[in-house]
Amino acid sequence: MKNAIKKLFRGGLGQLTIPLVAIALLAIFNLIRDPGFFSIGIAHNSNGNAVLSGNIISIINGASELAILAIGMTLVTAACGGQDISVGAAAAIAGSVFVKVLKSASSINGGTVLLAFLLSCIVAMLFGAFNGTLVAVFKIQPMIATLILYTCGRSIAYWINGGATPTISNSILSAIGGFIPGIPLPTPVIIVVVMAILFKLLFHFTSLELFTQSVGINGGAARLNGINPTFIKLLSFVLLGACVSVAGCIGVSRLGLINHETLLLDIEMDAILAVAIGGNSLGGGRFKIIGSILGAYIIQTLTITLYAMKVSSTDVKAYKAIVIVLLVVIGSPVVKQRFTKFMTRLAENRKKVSAKGAEE
Amino acid sequence: MQEECLLTMRGIEKRFPGVLALNGVDFSLRKGEIHALMGENGAGKSTLIKVLTGVYQMDGGEIRLSGENIVIRSPEDAQNKGISTVYQEITLCPNLTVSENMFIGRKSGFVIRHKDREKRADEILKRLGIPARSTQLLGNCSLAVQQMVAIARAVDMQCKVLILDEPTSSLDDNEVQMLFKLMRDLRGQGVGIIFVTHFLEQVYEVSDRITVLRNGELVGEYLTEELPQVQLVSKMIGKELEELSNLGDSEDNRIMAQEVFYEAKGLSSTEAMPFDFSIRKGEVNGFTGLLGSGRSESVRAIFGADKVNGGTVTVKGKPVKITRPVEAMKHGIGYLAEDRKRDGIIADLSVRENIILALQVMNGIFKPISRSESEAFADEYIKALNIKTASRETPVGSLSGGNQQKVILARWLLTHPDYLILDEPTRGIDVGTKLEIQKLVLKLAEEGVSVTFISSEVEEMLRTCSRLIVMRDRHIVGELTGKDLNQTQVMKTIAGGEG
Amino acid sequence: MRKCKALFLVAVLVICCMATACGKEDKKDGLIKIGVVNNPPSESGYREANVKDMETVFSKENGYELKTFYSKVNDEQLQAAKGFITDGVDYLLISAAETTGWDDVFKKAKEAGVKVYIFDRKIAVDESLYEAAVVSDMAKEGETAVNWLLSQNLDEYKVIHIQGAMGSDAQVGRTGALDAQFASGKMKKVVQQTAAWDEAEAKKIVETVINSGEDFNVIYAENDGMAKGAVAALDEAGITHGVNGKVVVIGFDCNKWALRELLAGKWNYDGQCSPFQAKIISDLIKSGKAPTQKLIINEEKGFDAKTITENDINTYGLGD
Repeated sequence: MKNAIKKLFRGGLGQLTIPLVAIALLAIFNLIRDPGFFSIGIAHNSNGNAVLSGNIISIINGASELAILAIGMTLVTAACGGQDISVGAAAAIAGSVFVKVLKSASSINGGTVLLAFLLSCIVAMLFGAFNGTLVAVFKIQPMIATLILYTCGRSIAYWINGGATPTISNSILSAIGGFIPGIPLPTPVIIVVVMAILFKLLFHFTSLELFTQSVGINGGAARLNGINPTFIKLLSFVLLGACVSVAGCIGVSRLGLINHETLLLDIEMDAILAVAIGGNSLGGGRFKIIGSILGAYIIQTLTITLYAMKVSSTDVKAYKAIVIVLLVVIGSPVVKQRFTKFMTRLAENRKKVSAKGAEE
Repeated sequence: MQEECLLTMRGIEKRFPGVLALNGVDFSLRKGEIHALMGENGAGKSTLIKVLTGVYQMDGGEIRLSGENIVIRSPEDAQNKGISTVYQEITLCPNLTVSENMFIGRKSGFVIRHKDREKRADEILKRLGIPARSTQLLGNCSLAVQQMVAIARAVDMQCKVLILDEPTSSLDDNEVQMLFKLMRDLRGQGVGIIFVTHFLEQVYEVSDRITVLRNGELVGEYLTEELPQVQLVSKMIGKELEELSNLGDSEDNRIMAQEVFYEAKGLSSTEAMPFDFSIRKGEVNGFTGLLGSGRSESVRAIFGADKVNGGTVTVKGKPVKITRPVEAMKHGIGYLAEDRKRDGIIADLSVRENIILALQVMNGIFKPISRSESEAFADEYIKALNIKTASRETPVGSLSGGNQQKVILARWLLTHPDYLILDEPTRGIDVGTKLEIQKLVLKLAEEGVSVTFISSEVEEMLRTCSRLIVMRDRHIVGELTGKDLNQTQVMKTIAGGEG
Repeated sequence: MRKCKALFLVAVLVICCMATACGKEDKKDGLIKIGVVNNPPSESGYREANVKDMETVFSKENGYELKTFYSKVNDEQLQAAKGFITDGVDYLLISAAETTGWDDVFKKAKEAGVKVYIFDRKIAVDESLYEAAVVSDMAKEGETAVNWLLSQNLDEYKVIHIQGAMGSDAQVGRTGALDAQFASGKMKKVVQQTAAWDEAEAKKIVETVINSGEDFNVIYAENDGMAKGAVAALDEAGITHGVNGKVVVIGFDCNKWALRELLAGKWNYDGQCSPFQAKIISDLIKSGKAPTQKLIINEEKGFDAKTITENDINTYGLGD
């Protein structure tokens, strides 16, 4: 039993230790604060569908865009050792394209929604390729390279629609952003699961994971083994572009409107944090997608917990920062090393004591 | 001793964890001389320099400067005591002007008078005959001039001892001559110069005295004119000329019967001068020469590791284009890089992932090797090459150097190459593993794999190669086969000249 | 030496700017020259309507020659205003990004005989330096809305208050009236949170309240977008809202789509924030007389779902 736990902490969990411990702590904290925090109920929404409701649902539903962006961000981080800070702005562009296509369609049906999504996906991937080219070909630091789109992205989003907050209301969109009739789980949650599975399949049917990690850890050596680091880095940005488009379209569908100034505002920082909390090194290299998704849920749990405690949302960011600093410091190699040392010393002492006991 | 002794180092010792890098080394520098410090890689040259410049603290011995016993605590301390270093890479700031560079980081009052400084800088530049203006941006000067500015900076700081660490490696012939003139001038002014280089000709051209180190120990100090080049090489490598070892020439006949696997004509890259080269099926040949002679650069050109500039290449008689590593791999060529840490291992990845990497690349991104398959491959090679690792999932970075090298060998063996290039596969690993790798090379050759082998240890190459290509100063200067394959001949060819 | 170079470059730059500014000066007789310094239309739906309104009213057909400059950086606005003065415009119309730092420009305008109108929001300068300020009174918008709410005579007022970006003019004004009610105890504050104009954030805030099980019957959102976010949360939880619903929904800005929600009875009230100041200013200019009062409050309405008409939407609605 003891060995099993030990093994779990040493090898089995590895980089997932921190996010899982964080989730457990948040859960315990909330249960003490309000035993009913995690209760799940069934409500009937205004369309008359039975849907699940409760804080857990709010958390996993609200974190959907963040989780999807965190998936892509993990790849970029792993391959390039840097982060894309333009995802929020790019999502605004993708969302605007999505709205533009739907607005110009004569009627909105499944086909036009799909077409709108595909077009927005292509546009987002092109912008991803733009970022990727700056990073992979011109060797510009990712944060600097993506600063360009970060700065101008929301203006581009504005140009696309020419108006400030165009709205579209349609049952298909509310099904995407809310609930599909008959399914009590919010659709964005289902989309996260689908995206996670798609990436899992991508890693299963290609050797992208191995190549990305190799490029991230030692690009020079990867090149000498025949990998094309430029291509891998570029690809990671294009895949992030796809994630951005999915997140943007969900964001638009939730409310049936696009506000290019506020759609997924500041989400890039949360996405980067999700990657870090998930135990992935921001310097690139080894990664676990599932860690980043957990990271996204942790951030959202934190936000919802603070809201539930009626902390003013101007203060929420400060509290969030405190918790995140703690998480990141605990996960840092220095603390890990000290902890391991401490544990070994503890074990030695115990051995000594038990040896003494045996002698006596 | 008729000349005044400027600097004396006695019994210098420096230990690193598990290694004795300097073992009681003596070194003395006289006023107004150019003293070459020679030795193969790992001989202790740079450690000695770093002790002298305060980068490392010595563990034993004493240093006397102008007769006084001194302790050097830091590079700054060394500079204040009059010991200045000019490194191979320029350590000045290219975006500042020449005069700013000459005065940066030196004690001065709060008020800086640019005009005064520029005037003073111009005077020094003129006195030393350096073709630069004080107001010029340093980055706009040629590398040689930049180096000279660094020297001028040292001279202006009243340096008594000037250390030049590989100053000529990125200069062309004219620039080298400019630098030598400056060095001779400074010698005339009484500065003691320590000159570290790999270029033998340059040592003979400019230096007065030579100190040779080997394996962290002093071999001896010699007057340059009294030490023939061949002797110098043999002292550096540590083999006496008489020592002979020969490989039978029955081997040659076996190989000559085989077809040519790879042939390059006039192949050149951004790093390598044009050269011709070929290898037959099942042949083991080697590039030899001192470090920096261009042997690694040549094999990198074969593999397409650097940007290939020109030349024609045929594989199995068919003309092919190899400009990128992946193309070389497609033609059955594998390359174990010289710098294992930088170009070989992917440290954070597991032993298993490191082993399958090259095969996976050749399979392509859409045909991933399954987990079970890759585990089987890893287990097979961990056993075959006797790799000592806790498990196949251990990060390769935590393995010892020799085992890391075996992992990379396994990586290439798994691709079943027709031609394997091994650049310094035995450097920095224990004797047992060295022998294993040598045996492996010979076994591969018997199975029909061509191997190009590079090693700093000539003896090792004589034991494995049936043909040696000798390089000096980036050119092939000879090819040794059959009876010529012996230490004496190799050293003579490396040394060149009158021999 | 370098300093000299830098100075020289700056001088060249300044001369170039002046040259281009001067080059455009070609006197067209009869037209009144207007210079407008405004925030960029991309800022919001409000601003877009505001800019469009200015361009339609001060058109050539109406006897104006219009020059515009849009930026949300105060310094750039200051430079542009100075440029307009050197250009010799007759009237300068300013909606400043920041309320301070404008004294100098206003004095210069006075010296040059350029008449200045402030529009949209106030600027902290002496009254004597400008003709009139035609502005929205955000506090009054809030009061109108809260008075409307009180006139509904609900048994109790349990309010979710979703604020805009803290410190902005609109937030401060629209929060004031409601805060007074909370203080007097007439209305109960269930939660007061800022969503910083973010629709999705507003939805999260309401969702959290619903999950906590706390009761509420009013949502007071300081703009239309946040009201929409809040309503989305209600819809998901199946809580009725609007006319005949459980929850009263209040928004601001009068976007067309928001007014349509009103018309459909899904929301209850929308407060106007009128971007239409151009007509008032144009009338003042054409009258040829100095305005009798310095502060002119732009008349702003509030719309009730019960009384709103299609016509109202077309007249007062912003965007499309």
